[in-house]
Amino acid sequence: MPINLLNPNLWVDKYSDYLYNYTIVRVNNHEIAQDLISETFLAGLKSKDNFKGEATERTWLISILKRKIIDHYRKINSNKGKAEIRVTYSDGESEGDWLEERISDPYDKTAEDTMENEELGMAIFGCLEGLAEKQAAIFRKKTIDGIDTETICNEYNITPSNLWVIIHRARKAMADCLEKSWF
Amino acid sequence: MSGEKLVLVEFMSFKLECDKANHICDKNQYKEATFREKVRLIFHLIYCRACRKYTARNNKLTKLIKTPDVKTVSAEDKSILKERLQKETTE
Ligand SMILES: [Zn+2]
Repeated sequence: MPINLLNPNLWVDKYSDYLYNYTIVRVNNHEIAQDLISETFLAGLKSKDNFKGEATERTWLISILKRKIIDHYRKINSNKGKAEIRVTYSDGESEGDWLEERISDPYDKTAEDTMENEELGMAIFGCLEGLAEKQAAIFRKKTIDGIDTETICNEYNITPSNLWVIIHRARKAMADCLEKSWF
Repeated sequence: MSGEKLVLVEFMSFKLECDKANHICDKNQYKEATFREKVRLIFHLIYCRACRKYTARNNKLTKLIKTPDVKTVSAEDKSILKERLQKETTE
């Protein structure tokens, strides 16, 4: 039995924010990012028998997403024609290398800030994955979605003091998790 | 009662335990602490190092999460994603 199991039903709730933060700075378009993530989940679903459980679910999804982003740029470039690539790389580097480079580097210097913050977005949602499911959901609703205490309490059938205990523990765990790189 | 004593009594009534101070600090992250609570917290932080540390970390967490470049997928977009996945699994 593999150590890591796939659980496609939870993918959207668990990983879409993380994947979105990863994708948006690379394609810079909401619809395209959304499509690429959707395609990634579908491809993951189709090839889920290939998942060996050695990587975590998220790492595995990211590796699929990376291919999707590369394919996306490949498509754009074949539409534009190859001339542009040859101009950019007069020394005759292959198209593949150019694409890989484009994926892994910010396009220009002004993108540096975005790159840093993009990592923050991934770090936050990566840390959120580490919390217990209910704790993560409640923390998210309260902190990120800005839903009021009463609504959350009704949804989960908890008292406000239960909620604040959950929020307190979640905040401590999130701060601990983010501490190394962001505090 | 002398003026000094009165100040002391006022101050003691402001005295907070650490877990209560942290609770106010948590509420304050969501702008849900009252003015009185905030004043009590500030008094507490003057003499409590542990809570100063907690408050600093807590404030920093709020600031990080509010960074505009931290993107989220809206609930609506999530249900679209779920529908697409669902469609695929049932086919
Ligand atoms: Zn204290």
